[in-house]
Amino acid sequence: MNWRARLLIFVPYAWLLVFFLVPFGIVLKISLSDIALAIPPYVPTMKDGFWTMITGLDLENYAFIGAGAVFATFALIVLAVGMFQILYPRVRRALIPDARYGIFDSAAVALTALAVAVVNIAVLVAVLSFLFPILSDFVNIPDFLYFAAYLSSLKIALISTFLTLLIGYPIAYGMARSAEHWRPTLLMLVILPFWTSFLIRVYAWMGILSTEGYLNQLLLNIGIISDPLVILNTNVAVYIGIVYTYLPFMVLPIYAALDKMDDSLVEAAEDLGCTTLSAFWLVTAPLSKPGVIAGCFLVFIPTLGEFVIPSLLGGSNTLMIGKVLWEEFFNNRDWPVASAVAVILLLILIIPIVLFQRNQQGDES
Amino acid sequence: MRKFSWFNATSLTFGFAFLYLPMLILIIYSFNESRLVTVWAGFSTKWYGELFQNEAFLDAAWVTIKVAFWSSTLATILGTMAAYIMVRTGQFRGRGLFSGMIYAPLVMPEVITGLSLLLFFIAIGLDRGVITIVLAHTTFAMCYVSVVVTSRLVSFDQSLEEAALDLGCTPFDAFRSVTLPIIMPAVISGWLLAFTLSLDDLVIASFTSGPSSTTLPIKIFSAVRLGVTPEINALSTIMIGLVTIGVISASLVSRSMSIKARADERRAEQG
Amino acid sequence: MAQPKPDTIFAPWDDPTAKPLIQFKNVTKRFGDFTAIDNLTLDIYAQEFFALLGPSGCGKTTLMRMLGGFETPTEGHIFLDGVDIGPVPPNERPVNMMFQSYALFPHLTVWDNIAFGLKRSDMPKDEIGDRVEKMLKLTQLGKFAKRKPHQISGGQRQRVALARSLAKAPKLLLLDEPLGALDKKLRHETQFELMDIQETTGTTFVIVTHDQEEAMTVASRVAVMVDGTLSQVATPDQIYEAPNSTYVADFIGDVNLIEGVIEVPEKGAAKDAVSIRWSSTETPINATSDLGLAAAATVHFAIRPEKVSISTEKPEADNVMSGKILDIAYLGNISTYHVEVAPGLIIKAQATNVRRMSRRNLTWEDHVYLSWTDTAGVVLTS
Repeated sequence: MNWRARLLIFVPYAWLLVFFLVPFGIVLKISLSDIALAIPPYVPTMKDGFWTMITGLDLENYAFIGAGAVFATFALIVLAVGMFQILYPRVRRALIPDARYGIFDSAAVALTALAVAVVNIAVLVAVLSFLFPILSDFVNIPDFLYFAAYLSSLKIALISTFLTLLIGYPIAYGMARSAEHWRPTLLMLVILPFWTSFLIRVYAWMGILSTEGYLNQLLLNIGIISDPLVILNTNVAVYIGIVYTYLPFMVLPIYAALDKMDDSLVEAAEDLGCTTLSAFWLVTAPLSKPGVIAGCFLVFIPTLGEFVIPSLLGGSNTLMIGKVLWEEFFNNRDWPVASAVAVILLLILIIPIVLFQRNQQGDES
Repeated sequence: MRKFSWFNATSLTFGFAFLYLPMLILIIYSFNESRLVTVWAGFSTKWYGELFQNEAFLDAAWVTIKVAFWSSTLATILGTMAAYIMVRTGQFRGRGLFSGMIYAPLVMPEVITGLSLLLFFIAIGLDRGVITIVLAHTTFAMCYVSVVVTSRLVSFDQSLEEAALDLGCTPFDAFRSVTLPIIMPAVISGWLLAFTLSLDDLVIASFTSGPSSTTLPIKIFSAVRLGVTPEINALSTIMIGLVTIGVISASLVSRSMSIKARADERRAEQG
Repeated sequence: MAQPKPDTIFAPWDDPTAKPLIQFKNVTKRFGDFTAIDNLTLDIYAQEFFALLGPSGCGKTTLMRMLGGFETPTEGHIFLDGVDIGPVPPNERPVNMMFQSYALFPHLTVWDNIAFGLKRSDMPKDEIGDRVEKMLKLTQLGKFAKRKPHQISGGQRQRVALARSLAKAPKLLLLDEPLGALDKKLRHETQFELMDIQETTGTTFVIVTHDQEEAMTVASRVAVMVDGTLSQVATPDQIYEAPNSTYVADFIGDVNLIEGVIEVPEKGAAKDAVSIRWSSTETPINATSDLGLAAAATVHFAIRPEKVSISTEKPEADNVMSGKILDIAYLGNISTYHVEVAPGLIIKAQATNVRRMSRRNLTWEDHVYLSWTDTAGVVLTS
C-alpha cells in the first residue's frame, strides 16, 4: 500500500476517531464520575491528576439509575424470546404434523405460537419469583424514574412499530400493485416528507390534536362528540407522531421487496387453486418478509431514543428515555447521570442493531 | 399484469391523505388573518411579512444555512473518501473498527451523539459556536453520504477504472477523470442529503451550539413548545415549499434524463 | 505432424533463433486456496494473433490480466521484450487491453474515449487529433465521433473499444472476449475486421475466448487451457487435425472417440501402422501413429465425423464398419448420421448435401457401411 492510499484512509479514519470514538470514551468516563458544583460539573477530572481521576471513578450513577434492573429485564426478554424460538417449532410440529397451509391452519399455527408464548412467560415468572430474594439485592432501584423510562420507551417503540407496519404495509402493497407509470410518482410522494423538516412535521400535529385543534373542531361540528377530546400531551399523540414521521421508513423497504417480486408467482399460486387472499398469505406475505423486518428495525431503533416527538406531543407523564436524558442534562445539569443513561441506552440498542445487520446480510447473500 | 383492487386504491388514498393532510392544513392556516391559529378569519399574508421583520429568525436562518453548507461540503468529501475506502481498498489494519464507526452514527440516538460531542468539546476547551455545530454535523452526515456513495460504487463497473489505468492514468488520475464524473450524481445527492439533515437537525445542534449561534430548528423548537403560532406556520410553509420544489425538480430532471437516455439507446440500435 | 514450412509463412515459433515478445516462466497464480494458473510456461512472438481458449474458470482471463498488470503472479516471472514486467503498474506498461464489457467511459464522447490514453502520454496536442482521426478511420467510426457511448449500437461500441486500445500503438493488445456481446452474424463479420486490423497495424494480439470457432478463425496459434495449465499450443489446423489429447480433440469441434488396445503388429507392416482392437468380435481399426506405441497399451482412437463416409453398399477401404442409422440431423449444408456399429458404440458420420434432396434414400433403421482411410484419425494416449 503506497503513501497515497494510506493518506486516503487516514483522513476519514482520524476524523471518526476524534469526533466519534473519543467523545464516546469521554461519556463513558463522565458516567463513572460524581456530580459536583464546579465547572465542568463533575469530579474527578484530569486536573486532579491521572491516577486520582482513575481511582475516583465508580459505578454509583449506574446503581442510581437502576442499571442492574434494566439489564435484568432485558436479559429476561432475551431469554423469553430465546426459549420461544427453541420451544415453538417443536410444539408446532407436535400439534400440526402435516404441513397444510390454508388460512385456518395459519390461524391454528398463530394460536399455538400464542399458547407457547404464554406458557413461556408463566414459567419464567414462576422461576423468577422463586429466585427473587436472591436477585433483589442486584435489582435494587433507588429511583424508579429511569427504569420506568427505559421500559416505557421500549413499550412505545414496540407498539408504534407495530402500528406503523399496520398502516405502512397496505400503502407499500398498493404502490407495488399500481400501474408502472404511476410508481415513480408514488415513490416520490413517499420520499418527499422524508426531506421535509422532521420538526415541522411533528409541529403540524400540534395544531390538529390540541383541545381547540382542527380535529376536535371537525368532530364537534359533525356532532360525533360533545366535549373536545384530550389527545395532545398524551401517549396517543406520541403514537400518532411516531407513526406519521417514521411511515416512509416502513413503506420504502416493504415496497422494494414487493416490487422485486415476480408477478407470475401470484398467478401461479392462483392457477394452482389459491384464492386471492390465500395467494397473498402464502406467496406475497412470505416474500415481503425481509422488507417488513428491515422496515420494523428502521422504525424501532430510532424510536427508542426519540426526543422531539415525546417532548412536543407527549405530556408530563410520557416517559421516554431520550427526553429523560435531555432533562437530566439541561434542566438538572447532572452530567454524570445523563452520561450513564446514555451508556445504558446504547447497550440496549446493540441487540436490535446486531439483529438488523444480520438480517440485512442474510438478505444480500 | 398486476391487479389493482379497490382495497389498494383505498389504502393508497388514506395513506397519502394521512401523509399530506397535516402539512396541507399547516400551509392553509399560514395564510390565516387571525392570530388564533385554529379559527379561520380570512386570507392574509401578513404573517409572512412579520416573519421577514423578525431579526432573530433571520439571523438563525443565516446561521443554519452557513452550518449546513460547510458541514455538508466537508461531509461529502469525507464520506466519499470513506465510501471509496470501504469499496475499493482491500484489507487494512482496523478496517472492522472503521466500518463500525461509519455505520454506528446512522443508528445512534441523536441525544447520545449530541451529548458525547458536547462533552468532548468541553473537555478539549473548544468554545461552542458555529464551528462546533459544523464539526458535529459533518461527523454524522458523512456517514449518510458514505452510504449513498457506497451503493453507487458497488454497482460501478470496475473495469472502467482498470481501463483508465491501462490507458496510462495514475490511480489518482483515474479517480479524478473517470470514477468521480460517473459517481457524481450520487455525490451530489449525498451532499443534498447532508445539507437537509443539517438544516433539520435540532437535537445535536442544541447540544453543540453556543448562545451566539442559535440555529433555525432551535428557534422553532423553543417557539412551538408553548403552542402553535402563525409565524411558525408561515416559516414551515416556506420550508415545505422549498423542499417540494427541490425534490420535484430533481425527480423531473432525473426522469427526463433517463427518458432521453432510453430514446438515445433505441435510436442507436436502429442505426 | 510438424511439416517443414516455406519461408514465406509466418511461423516464428518453429524458428529456434526467434526471440519471443512475451515469456511466461513457471508462472503460478493463487487466489487463497484456489490455484488459477499452475506453473505455466509459454512464449508468444511479435505480430502473432494468439488465442487463449478454454472453458470458463480455466485461468485464461487471469493469464491475460497478469499481462495487463491487474494481477501479479504468485510465483514465476513474466517478461516483455526480455524485461520482467512484474513490478510495472498497468499505467506504465506498453500493453493495452480491450475489456469484455468494453469499459467505455459513459461521460465522454467517442472522440474523447479514443483520445483518453493519448492525452495521458507525452504526445503533442496537435498529433493527438491526427491520431484519433486515423483510429476513427481505421474502425469506420468517423460519423460517430461526437456521440456518447450509449448513443451508438453494440457493434459500434465494440469498435470504439478497439480503437481506444489501439490508439497508443501498444506493443501488445489484449482482447478479453472482444466479440462476446455481439450477435452471431455480426460476430462473424467482426472476426474478419479484427484480422484485417491486426494485419494493418502489425500489433501483437492476445485474445481470450471460450468460442472455439472464433479462436480457430482469427488466431495464428491457439492455446487450449484447462484447470490453469496449457493442454496444447499449436496452429489451428494442428489443433484440429492432430490434437494431443482426448480433451483437446473433444473440446475443438465434433469427434468420435473409440477406446481400445494396441494389437501386436503383423510382420511386414509399415513402421507407423497400428491396429487397435476395440471389441472382441469386430475387426480392429487400422490407423497410423508415430508415437511408437507398445502392444497392449490402452489408447483412444479419435476421428472427426466428416472423415467418415457413409454408404449403403460395402466399400473398399482400410476401415469398414457396418451398422444401423439411429438418428439423422439435417443441418442444411450437411447431414450428421448417428450409426450404431456395435451395442453401445455410436459413430457419427457427416455427409455434404451436394444436390438438393440427395441422400433421401438413407433413413432411420437403414443398414449402412461406414468407412475411412488409415490416416483419417489420430491415436491418443491421454
